[in-house]
Amino acid sequence: MSTKRPIRVRKAINGVVTVMAGSAALFGLFMLLWILYVVLRKGASAINWSFLTSLPSPPGEAGGGIVNAIIGTLIITAVATVMGVPVGMLAGTYLAEFGREGRFADAVRFVNNILIGAPSIVVGVFVYTLLVIPMGGFSGIAGAVALAIIMLPVVTRTTEDMLKLVPDSLRESALALGASEHKMITQVAFRAAKGGLITGVMLAVARVSGETAPLLFTTLNSPYWSLALDKPMANLTVTIFNYAMSPYSDWQEKAWGASFLITTAVLGLNLTARFLARERRPR
Amino acid sequence: MKFKLRRVIAILIVVAAVLTVVGCGKQPVRLPSEQKGVVINGAGATFPYPIYAKWANEYKELTGVRINYQSIGSGGGVQQIKAGTVDFGASDAPLTAEELDQSGLLQFPMVMGGVVPVVNIKGIKPGDLRMSPEILASIYLGKITKWNDPAIRRENPNLSLPDKSITVVHRADGSGTTWIFTNYLDKISKEWHSKVGFGKAVDWPVGIGGKGNEGVSAYVQRVEGAIGYVEYAYALQNRMTHVKLKNKSGNYVEPSIASFQAAAAGADWENAPGYYVVLTDQPGKDSWPITGASYIIIHKKQKNAEKAKAMLEFFDWSYRHGGGMAKALNYVPMPKAVVDLVEERWKRDLKANGKAIWP
Amino acid sequence: MEAGFEGEREGNMAVKVDSSNEVVMLGRGRVNKWSANKLFKYICAACCILVLVLMAGLIVELIANSTLSVRKLGLGFLISDEWDPVMGKFGALSSIYGTLVSTLIALIIAVPMSIVIALFLVELAPKGLSSFFGTSIELLAAIPSIIYGMWGLFVFGPFVADHVGPFLHRYLGFLPIFQGTPMPVGMLTAGVILALMVLPFTSSVMRDVLLMVPSVLKESAYGLGATTWEVTKDVSIRYGIRGIIGAVFLGLGRAIGETMAVTFVIGNEHKISASLFAPANSIASTLANEFTEADTPLYLSALVELGLILFLITAIFQVVAQTFLKYVARGSRP
Repeated sequence: MSTKRPIRVRKAINGVVTVMAGSAALFGLFMLLWILYVVLRKGASAINWSFLTSLPSPPGEAGGGIVNAIIGTLIITAVATVMGVPVGMLAGTYLAEFGREGRFADAVRFVNNILIGAPSIVVGVFVYTLLVIPMGGFSGIAGAVALAIIMLPVVTRTTEDMLKLVPDSLRESALALGASEHKMITQVAFRAAKGGLITGVMLAVARVSGETAPLLFTTLNSPYWSLALDKPMANLTVTIFNYAMSPYSDWQEKAWGASFLITTAVLGLNLTARFLARERRPR
Repeated sequence: MKFKLRRVIAILIVVAAVLTVVGCGKQPVRLPSEQKGVVINGAGATFPYPIYAKWANEYKELTGVRINYQSIGSGGGVQQIKAGTVDFGASDAPLTAEELDQSGLLQFPMVMGGVVPVVNIKGIKPGDLRMSPEILASIYLGKITKWNDPAIRRENPNLSLPDKSITVVHRADGSGTTWIFTNYLDKISKEWHSKVGFGKAVDWPVGIGGKGNEGVSAYVQRVEGAIGYVEYAYALQNRMTHVKLKNKSGNYVEPSIASFQAAAAGADWENAPGYYVVLTDQPGKDSWPITGASYIIIHKKQKNAEKAKAMLEFFDWSYRHGGGMAKALNYVPMPKAVVDLVEERWKRDLKANGKAIWP
Repeated sequence: MEAGFEGEREGNMAVKVDSSNEVVMLGRGRVNKWSANKLFKYICAACCILVLVLMAGLIVELIANSTLSVRKLGLGFLISDEWDPVMGKFGALSSIYGTLVSTLIALIIAVPMSIVIALFLVELAPKGLSSFFGTSIELLAAIPSIIYGMWGLFVFGPFVADHVGPFLHRYLGFLPIFQGTPMPVGMLTAGVILALMVLPFTSSVMRDVLLMVPSVLKESAYGLGATTWEVTKDVSIRYGIRGIIGAVFLGLGRAIGETMAVTFVIGNEHKISASLFAPANSIASTLANEFTEADTPLYLSALVELGLILFLITAIFQVVAQTFLKYVARGSRP
């Protein structure tokens, strides 16, 4: 402890740190607002009813929208979530409930942590070799698989962390009441960690909904209605990428408009997750 | 509130299953007119993306056939057509005849455009600055570093050039635009040829890299004293300051549809194997020196005759009726003579199950 | 004693001791509890195996596709910074350097900020303000990375070049890292944007760590007359050092593989410069910029080898982190 310094100096240091802390927090808030402001300002002019409900049009033509990309992104993200989340949750459950010690669990944890840092483009190329070439073409399902692979380690990690926060006394009480182990886990531990688990899932979904590179190599994109999972599927991120890199101002505006859509959707998802989590935090 | 996680998961699985079944099977819901006809997938160069998108859109209105072209890059286009994951590939850099034969591919030029050096110098307006090929190469080699260099001043006796450093901007990502630009530099500068060479990505002696044409335009417009190279459409759309280049015949020309067409007119398409014609540094008094064509690449042996025919019909329609749309978007349509040559080749070389597809 | 057993069709008919794994055969359709437990455990384990299989698949594919360049370029690939696709000469050094430096900048900015923000949220701010600020900072994580890229390219990069750069250049220009003209693209811009992306992860974990420090410890320190900062520095951080290090490595994992945001603002120059204002490249940005246009097998193979190197770097950091944590855990046990 710094008991050698006079109290005045220590108080001053404390004051300085307090100011820095407040400024740092303000800085974080400021950056968030800045980014949102830019996206809003550049994209708001593009958002109108036709933008949300029409198919894409070539540059220079009035109207045109991204409805197929919106639907496509929803489909791909939904399928990816269904593929990645259950597997991730069960894997995380194993690590938290059955694998507290042991080399197998340690190996899985180690590998999982590396997978979290995998660049999304590498995953995209991997799924390209795995699915696109054998299938002979780009497809929505390949994109969903790529996104699921990105989500999986994140969900595994957060599930493990959240389940570990549940006190063992809760588990022991359930077992003492005669519950079988699997029931104890699914009906007691899961329920206790519910808020955190949901947050983990939402974070994973938020992470993949902004990904472009993996979809570029697996799903491609499409300017038409594309509901078939075994064919190229329209999606928002690749559309944004294409439009933003074009020389036409109407397309660039649409890119910002689509960015605004994604950002608000993901923010909304996050806020919902936090709201749900807050309600259920164990006292 | 009873919240059964299991129930939610079950519902999600059911929803996903339904979507998968609906998706992989036939559409049970009939969407307005978009459902008839074939879907043809193509991928490749970013340069022609806007005009291909425009043509595809018009063509769909007319015939119901849907052409889905995605810009993933020239290299990507070649990779995909070789892997057979798309029906046609597009590339700004043509494949050599050997490469084509190796993979059983046929290549033909679809549309043309130009690459334009652009600058940001105070007081200099579009078309003011004159450059010779040697000066351009020296700037990109890092040998000329200031705008008031004597060599540049000699070329422009009537302009007042400031004492500002030249910031060289090039492409950060691999691209066909770079291929055309460096091909030109390679042709007109021995030093460039020995030091750097040409390709979609090169070891640039100096400069900073912008991502895409957009990135290069952004930097050139921001940084005073910058020079970069972009596709003609970018220069026009962003009202950038282009330069006049001295062409092979010694004239200073400005980039325009006319000067691109002049460059293409002089080229010898007929005798080029695989139409491997690079339109840089072409003779002709009005020719723009950095012109390039964008190519379509397809397999000689097609698996589905009906689909192949539909694809060729789209290209044919684009050749004959798409010229006006191309020009409106600052692209240059292929001259008729070339179109005839190309369609002869289709007749001769394209087969499905042993039988000719075209006409 | 219903306690959530509604799933059993016949209802609890008899109490049984779990550890003896007795099957209670009463009524019809009774689930065999013993095998249900094992089944559940095996399903969970299978999912874990899937994680391992996935990793193995990725590694196998990366190795398979990079053998060409490994053979042709050998170890020189790791120490050369040449990058000439035309002549077929490739070197990973500038990419490795850029990945490490941009990540370092991100952590240097984000970690101290996270500690201070966590302190603010836990100790200093009133409850309502604390959750408002906390949520806002976490929302930074929700912004898609392509948005960061576009914002960086069109807005933030120019800002750094116009204001931050010249400021640093004027006052700290004697340092080699701040020499040269500030450009809108470069290591500095990329590092700052990465810091913004890492900040929400590290600060929320650190906040959770600080929240878990037992009040008893903090109150004893306050009782001895320590200031808030002193309590945080000497008690909370020391107590939660494991979690804090964990947060740092989480942030590191996020920064090191980030593709889209960095690609737009790092400049993609395959050169190593001392100055932070100069353009650079990272492994992920090189892959994003050049993969689709790579037209020779060697070029493609070299790019894939870069991806493999990135995995190796991440693995090395993981090993370092876990060894460090074990060391710290052993040291802090009373």
